[in-house]
Amino acid sequence: MKARVHVMLKEGVLDPQGEAVRHALGALGFDGVGGVRQGKVIELDLPEGTTEETVTQMCEQLLANTVIEKYEIELV
Amino acid sequence: MRAAVITFPGSNCDRDLAVAFQSAGAEVVRVWHKDAELPANVDVIGIPGGFSFGDYLRCGAIAANSPVCRAVVDHANRGGYVLGICNGFQVLTETRLVPGALIRNTNLKFVCKPVGLKVENAETDFTSGYAAGAEITIPVAHHDGNYRADDELLARLQGEGQVAFTYTDNPNGSAGDIAGVFSENRRVLGMMPHPERAIEPLQGSADGQALFRTLIDGFVSA
Repeated sequence: MKARVHVMLKEGVLDPQGEAVRHALGALGFDGVGGVRQGKVIELDLPEGTTEETVTQMCEQLLANTVIEKYEIELV
Repeated sequence: MRAAVITFPGSNCDRDLAVAFQSAGAEVVRVWHKDAELPANVDVIGIPGGFSFGDYLRCGAIAANSPVCRAVVDHANRGGYVLGICNGFQVLTETRLVPGALIRNTNLKFVCKPVGLKVENAETDFTSGYAAGAEITIPVAHHDGNYRADDELLARLQGEGQVAFTYTDNPNGSAGDIAGVFSENRRVLGMMPHPERAIEPLQGSADGQALFRTLIDGFVSA
């Protein structure tokens, strides 16, 4: 089985890289992009039967820094 | 007085940090990241700058979960002293030994230059060698030194004297111009600027020397 973890900066945490992407889109002529937030997607190959709880522990201990980041787990 | 300096794969300020401790009078032991135990009778642990584990995932995240860092956390929880500089500061935020987090500089640039710092709390074992409010010059060299704390945390840090240094001219977008913070007990200090690169006039500034001297002299006289 696989799990896909989406890690994003929490609302309200400044995202300098997202801002730079927004500016670059504007420079390319894509007007009206109100905001860009950049995150990461982490794909995990896991033994069958791995629980979401185990993946949650992975997120809490390593994959996300919950001081500034939030995460969503997708079991696939 | 014994200082342990940790080396991770990708650390590059470990030797400079060892020299800074030695020149201030400490006996230095070097520790590899896979060592699960620290040498006996270590008084201070230094976590150096660099790019531990290639900055993969998040700066400092993988180092913070290495065997030696569990020993560092135990040492700090026993009231031991820890100094984390640059990548070492990032490691300390990832272990939660100091509050807040560090993200990419607001201007997205790697900043490498001497900066002015104001000593915000000169009543700690790290900073009592400086006058309160003194302005000193120490170099920075980082891409991810943008300190983040929400308003509540920021107010607490400022109110409780946990801000060690602020930038006189903020180079990275840090909240509250923060360049370095203490743990609640003031025995763990994380800072982005490199005091170990300013320990003698030949380096352009010797303003970092007092930090090492003060910390080590505290043990000699104790």
